[in-house]
Amino acid sequence: MNFKQSFKLAIKSLKSSKMRAFLTMLGIIIGVASVIILVSIMNGLSKDMTSRFESMGTNTITVNVMGRGTNRALAIEEVEKMVEENPDYLDRYSPRVTASVTAKRDVNSASTTVTGVNESYDDMQSIAVTDGRFIQYIDAERRQKVCVIGTYLVQELFDGMDPVGETLKINGSAYMVIGVLEETADSEESSGDDIIYIPYTTATRLAGSATIGSYYITAVDADKIENTMAIVERTLYSVFGDEDAYRVTSMSEMIDTVNEMTNSIALVLVGIAGISLVVGGIGIMNIMLVSVTERTREIGIRKSLGAKRKDIMRQFIIEAATTSSMGGVVGILFGLGAAYVAGILMDLSVAPSWNAVFIAFSVSVAIGMIFGYFPANKAAKMNPIDALRYD
Amino acid sequence: MIRFENIHKIYNMGENEVRALDGITLDIREKEMAAIIGQSGSGKSTCMNIIGCLDVPTEGKYYLNGRDVSDLKDDELAEIRNKTLGFIFQQYNLIPKLNVLENVELPLVYKGVLEKDRIDIAMEVLKKVGIEEKRNSMPSQLSGGQQQRVSIARALAGNPSIILADEPTGALDTKTGQEVLEFMQQLNEEGNTIILITHDMLVAEKAKRIIRISDGKIVEDSGREAAK
Ligand SMILES: Nc1ncnc2c1ncn2[C@@H]1O[C@H](COP(=O)(O)OP(=O)(O)OP(=O)(O)O)[C@@H](O)[C@H]1O
Ligand SMILES: [Mg+2]
Repeated sequence: MNFKQSFKLAIKSLKSSKMRAFLTMLGIIIGVASVIILVSIMNGLSKDMTSRFESMGTNTITVNVMGRGTNRALAIEEVEKMVEENPDYLDRYSPRVTASVTAKRDVNSASTTVTGVNESYDDMQSIAVTDGRFIQYIDAERRQKVCVIGTYLVQELFDGMDPVGETLKINGSAYMVIGVLEETADSEESSGDDIIYIPYTTATRLAGSATIGSYYITAVDADKIENTMAIVERTLYSVFGDEDAYRVTSMSEMIDTVNEMTNSIALVLVGIAGISLVVGGIGIMNIMLVSVTERTREIGIRKSLGAKRKDIMRQFIIEAATTSSMGGVVGILFGLGAAYVAGILMDLSVAPSWNAVFIAFSVSVAIGMIFGYFPANKAAKMNPIDALRYD
Repeated sequence: MIRFENIHKIYNMGENEVRALDGITLDIREKEMAAIIGQSGSGKSTCMNIIGCLDVPTEGKYYLNGRDVSDLKDDELAEIRNKTLGFIFQQYNLIPKLNVLENVELPLVYKGVLEKDRIDIAMEVLKKVGIEEKRNSMPSQLSGGQQQRVSIARALAGNPSIILADEPTGALDTKTGQEVLEFMQQLNEEGNTIILITHDMLVAEKAKRIIRISDGKIVEDSGREAAK
């Protein structure tokens, strides 16, 4: 019995009872579809997060200073010195001082966050200013009360009119708006557009502490991020003499962590969805057993004409595998469609993985073969005489 | 060609045993046409099934073309059935899902003949039984006589050395049965070895040799002398 004939026969018997074929495949369809949907959504989520982190710069290293005893701060001079001494590894740096504040103009007010930075920050973080300018060296040097604001605040505080040159009040003191940031997140609240940048020197006062708690430092080469981090850590250790006094992290490290997390979540979910594949396999086995019994006489005829065990075996396994792989294909199509619709409805980015599609298909073929084995073996072992006599 | 030496087939039905064949010794030579007759339950089908390598004897030796086939394995028997035996059944036993041509191709499929050659051979035997115009019909669309002719074509397709027919006319009316029998006689004249089972003496008389079985034993064999 050759493959082509068995396959044609399998298609024929699927066609001859469409409802039964559909019900048989249903378990596989649901299993495969849910795997595809889950993988697409998790994949999209992880891509989203990765690109968000990447937009912050994969070569960015963050230094957080918790301090120790009396030595609580890392002076900006020390960071500057470190960057200058390691030109092969370190490129630029900026302090980062954050504070939650209330910003006001006339009757308009908004709760937002202020981030104190220096003149390098916009380049380091690929921040674009559409109107006016970013913070400059001289602003920090002179502790100017100037600010660059996001588009959300332009809407909230200035009702959309051009704010450059106007003033607003941050926690009561007046700041001049010198620039507007490019819109990055549809001007939504608490998004990247709900932000104020001011000179770090001004920010330390605003935050009520004289020290700078955190720095962003960019590495020259994102591929050498580990060596670069080691250099930063060594310098910090020489300052504090205690590893617990500071923390050095990098965006690429964060991306790795996030990816690991989403991957393991995805794995668990796919595992659960995989159970329905097994259930689907059992459904196929059940129907195949029925089909073997129904076709006992056919098996007897085939055997009388010279079919060997392996011929009968192959016929039924191919039939089971055809059923389950058709279920797999339907499940894949349905899953991709559902993931796409879910992406639109829930405003998620979904990214179907071709790997997942390929694996889902292979798994469904394999399930048919595994669960078809037992019924096929039952058929192959039939005694030709008993099978011929069967009614 | 076929040689039975003291063949027994015993079924154990709990307490009592059924001796379906009780010491059959038999020789059938090439190009013979033999009819096996006997009452219902006498063991004709059992005998035929063993000749057809569908079943194995409990005791005794069976030589087919000089080879001892008394206790071969499943797959070895399947190969012998495929290469040397052609079956014609009372109930035709066509596979309902396959059309006429596909049914006739089956023995060739299991022989490993390529598709193109299979179709040529199948068409040739369908022509021989005079039913080639029905090649694309399904078995359910044919009359009993037509189905039996398809099953004869199928038996011939593998070019077997022996054709076995268990009551081939049993399900047909007298006229159609007659046609089928005449056809089998013709096949015998062309050099095929044919063994057929029948209840009908008129049918049996068409055969050159009559073997009568009763209670699992041969009680009469018109061709024994000739066979020796
Ligand atoms: N599988 C079996 N198990 C038990 N007994 C069996 C089996 N097959 C046949 N027999 C017995 O063997 C004997 C011979 O049966 P067989 O089918 O050979 O008869 P037969 O001559 O072909 O009869 P008929 O003319 O009715 O077809 C019968 O008594 C039957 O009951
Ligand atoms: Mg019988």
